[in-house]
Amino acid sequence: MFVAIIFALIIIASIIFHFWSPWWWTPVASNWGNIDDTIILTFWVTGAVFVAVCLFMSWCIWKYRYNPDRKAEYKPEDKKLEFRLTALTALGVVALLAPGLVVWNKYVTVPENALKIEVVAYQWGWNYRLPGNDGILGTTDISLINDENPYGLNPEDPNSKDDIIVMDADLHLEINQPVKVELRSYDVLHNFYVPQFRAKMDTLPGIITFYWFTPTKTGDFEILCAEYCGTGHYAMRGKVLVDDEKDYSDWLAKQITHEKMLAQNKENKKLLTAEIKN
Amino acid sequence: MNMDDEYNNKIETKAADSSSGSYAPPVEKIPAKENAEQDLYHAKSFWTKWVFCQDAKVIGVQYALTATAIGMIGLILSWGMRLQLGFPETFSFLGPATYYQSVTMHGMIMVIYLLTALFLGGFGNYLIPLMVGARDMVFPYVNMVSFWMFLVAVLVLLASFFVPGGPTGAGWTLYPPQAILPGTPGSEMGIVLMLVSLSLFVIGFTMGGLNYVITILQSRTRGMTLMRMPLTIWGIFTATILALLAFPALLVACIMMTLDNLLGTSFFMPEIFTMGEQLGTSGGSPILFQHLFWFFGHPEVYIVALPAFGIVSDLISVHARKNVFGYRMMVWAIVIIGALSFIVWAHHMYVSGMNPWFGFFFATTTLIIAVPTAIKVYNWVLTLWRGNIHLTIPMLFSLGFIVTFVNGGITGLFLGNVIIDVPLSDTYFVVAHFHMVMGIAPLMVVFGAIYHWYPLITGRHLNQTLGKIHFWITFVGAYAIYFPMHYLGFIGVPRRYFEMYDSPYMTSGVGLNQFITVAALIVGFTQILFLYNLFTSWYKGEKSERNPWKANSLEWHTSDFPPTHGNFGKELPVVYRWPYDFSVPGSDKEYIPQDVPSSQVPTAKAERT
Amino acid sequence: MSKKELNIFKLLSQKPWEASQAAIDNEHDGKTLASSKARLGLRTIMVVSTVIFSLFVVSYSDRMLVHDWVSLSEPWLLWINTAILILTSLVFHMAKIYSEKNNFDKSKNALFLVGFLSFAFLTGQLLVWQHFVSIGQYASTNPANAFFYLFTALHGLHLLGGLFFWGKTTQKLFTSNFNITKTKQAIELCAIYWHFLLIVWFILFGLMIST
Repeated sequence: MFVAIIFALIIIASIIFHFWSPWWWTPVASNWGNIDDTIILTFWVTGAVFVAVCLFMSWCIWKYRYNPDRKAEYKPEDKKLEFRLTALTALGVVALLAPGLVVWNKYVTVPENALKIEVVAYQWGWNYRLPGNDGILGTTDISLINDENPYGLNPEDPNSKDDIIVMDADLHLEINQPVKVELRSYDVLHNFYVPQFRAKMDTLPGIITFYWFTPTKTGDFEILCAEYCGTGHYAMRGKVLVDDEKDYSDWLAKQITHEKMLAQNKENKKLLTAEIKN
Repeated sequence: MNMDDEYNNKIETKAADSSSGSYAPPVEKIPAKENAEQDLYHAKSFWTKWVFCQDAKVIGVQYALTATAIGMIGLILSWGMRLQLGFPETFSFLGPATYYQSVTMHGMIMVIYLLTALFLGGFGNYLIPLMVGARDMVFPYVNMVSFWMFLVAVLVLLASFFVPGGPTGAGWTLYPPQAILPGTPGSEMGIVLMLVSLSLFVIGFTMGGLNYVITILQSRTRGMTLMRMPLTIWGIFTATILALLAFPALLVACIMMTLDNLLGTSFFMPEIFTMGEQLGTSGGSPILFQHLFWFFGHPEVYIVALPAFGIVSDLISVHARKNVFGYRMMVWAIVIIGALSFIVWAHHMYVSGMNPWFGFFFATTTLIIAVPTAIKVYNWVLTLWRGNIHLTIPMLFSLGFIVTFVNGGITGLFLGNVIIDVPLSDTYFVVAHFHMVMGIAPLMVVFGAIYHWYPLITGRHLNQTLGKIHFWITFVGAYAIYFPMHYLGFIGVPRRYFEMYDSPYMTSGVGLNQFITVAALIVGFTQILFLYNLFTSWYKGEKSERNPWKANSLEWHTSDFPPTHGNFGKELPVVYRWPYDFSVPGSDKEYIPQDVPSSQVPTAKAERT
Repeated sequence: MSKKELNIFKLLSQKPWEASQAAIDNEHDGKTLASSKARLGLRTIMVVSTVIFSLFVVSYSDRMLVHDWVSLSEPWLLWINTAILILTSLVFHMAKIYSEKNNFDKSKNALFLVGFLSFAFLTGQLLVWQHFVSIGQYASTNPANAFFYLFTALHGLHLLGGLFFWGKTTQKLFTSNFNITKTKQAIELCAIYWHFLLIVWFILFGLMIST
């Protein structure tokens, strides 16, 4: 009796916790609201199974508790019942999987009007690069990285000249502008994750990975590294600031292109060597 | 005598006439197996009897004790982590490097050196020969070497705590390039020792696995067909096959990473710019490592889960006095789950940067696994249904297993569905999921199994009061730790964060984290109570009668109790039925052991249809 | 050879609780396969080794596609080693045939030759290593080299493991009254293992020279 009640209470407490506890996800700030919908659907389907199975179990514990005068039923199997349960489960699985795959298909299909931006991860911080006026990011190679060319951009590639370099942990984005983030890492695995955007992907040295989203709310959102990357993993944060059109263009105007930066770096180097000579 | 190795079937099929009729007349007692006896090594000294022992039962206990000892270290490491996460201001003795080393060692110890070793090395060694009616494993010497390899692997792992730089802090997944680069703690000697230890474990395990599989296939006693084996043996058997096929992937990955680390090869190392300089490697693929690791890692989940499935089926059946509902379905489910577990590995890599189109395939295969798994759950509950349930401690732990396993299983449906994995992967949702499904749920079975078979091993019962306290605190406490933890994941709190309270929207999780820490400490200390019970009951516990749970399987029907070297008396038992003849209608006996012929239960067989 | 065939579907559809099935099951002698435990042990080992080598081959094929791939420079010595390994397998086969005809003196001689040839092969492989090192081709030089060292080392270790059992078997022939059936089987199983390693070498060597 006591045991059955406790088991039932645990299930009821879980339901209460789910609906009335203050811990729940942050409001979505991107187009990926349908990921939330898929999760809610999964909650209802699997939650119903969990509650049904566990409450049935609690009832069995109470109803069929040991009684020396009773004999347990002898029934090796019940094909019909097992077939029905299997079919029902299969149906539930299809109901979960099908919408999930539809949304995933959207997730991996980048819209044509998406702005390509590059996110660069390193131990332990974030940098960014925007494509500039031509809308194309210049090619890069890790072996080209040095003090003057911190992103390892290919100087032969004409597309790289007008690329806008953002050597800062803060990234500005324009509201309602779809963005394709191309992810690159200099050293180890990282993961560009903003909880409110619901999207994430690992960054790897050697290859470029990507995902896309459309920010739908203005404000500051914290970037968290979501793939363990060494001792400083927990401190690898950044910020995405989603601006309206005007704020965004103001910010953009203040950024410098790669060509300019190279020139500046050269100038600085000259000054530095001149100073040393003097 | 010289034919003892060869297959030698002297019995012609006497059953030919029975194929025409629907049921056979009551069978008279059949003589024991004609196959020549296995040569057993008879221990002569203390050393060969208890230390370098070739008796599978002693080896099983040795495995279990070693695994428990290293598991306690894993438990203590988790306390440090929980104190840091719950009360970072009060307990500042852990730095980030130590924290990550604790995370890594905790994970690796619990998954490989505790759970795998306990289920297959411990329960496998103890139960296989007894349950299939064999005198010992087929290669007792190799079996002994297997344990000593395991012990050396554990010692090498322990040694890594004392080398310069400490043990590796690469996370239990050991992803390169980070695992062998200086930004990770223990990237000097720690990672090398970890890789060596894992390789030794794999080699040692292969020796053991060879024994488990061949003993189950070839060394069963007369009448013990495969479909008459208890589900415990089916679970261990399938898990061992998975292990034999999956562990090589871990070995391959370990070997290549060791070479990358020591010789400077580029198997997993692409071009890297780190700490202000070019590393000089090129062309390697970090994703290749992840594929190899998870090709081992996902079957590994089932290597732990399948023996648990099997054992819990038997516990429920015995303590509910009812046959396992849908035995055949249960066997099929074990086999299907085992087979499918090899084609789902990349669901651990949805956001790893692999080709996104793989997501469709692996999400589908992963969710298909839910069907046989769900059938198993239904059948456990349906075994309770219309049973006659003794709420003994093994039964309580089995019930705890069902709740935690169903809970952990359904969160697997979240993570297996590729798009839901995108926001939830690498958050506390994942941590909660796998602790619930492959930490707590299998541990519930381990505890249930220990309370169940302790009388067989020692001839004494564990203390019941301490046992009940142990169950309620462990079950309710562990549920209270991991159920709310899922919601930290929903908030977006990433895993493997040393501290994160400066983040504005995550401050809401502070209270929850403190609660989890307190619960974890309570549950952790309760395990010490359990160990106390385990050791004191060995010589002070209440004496157990023979077959205290009135079970049918062969391990309770040995000539000596507890069973001695050689397991059975002069003659091996002959099996006449499956192990689930509980409450058979028409029989005045409440249970009919496997080695009782129909002639001794005259009414039982006839009335059945 | 097999009186017992394992039909997995038939097996799994049995209803062990039914009386008609029980009558059949009661006669079962408890063995699943018509094979000795030593033979099954060897097969299991070969399966595990095959998985290991297959995963390396998969890794090799994956790594090969990357732009920095350079083909291995094959020294002629490798061909000689391959020839030695083929010869070893042939001699082992002869040793097995002699032992089947109970001609254990000849079998003993053949086994000695096997040991000699196997060690010659291993020495040959070490010479290739030495040659590679002397011309500055280290494991870190390029990925093909890394795989070459890895493959040869693993194959060599497998062969050394085999030589341990070869030693035990050959030793048996020197005891005055050895168990004939067991020894015959030991020789046969060792021969199978040597053929297995020869096939593995063909695959690895073929892969290395063709890419």
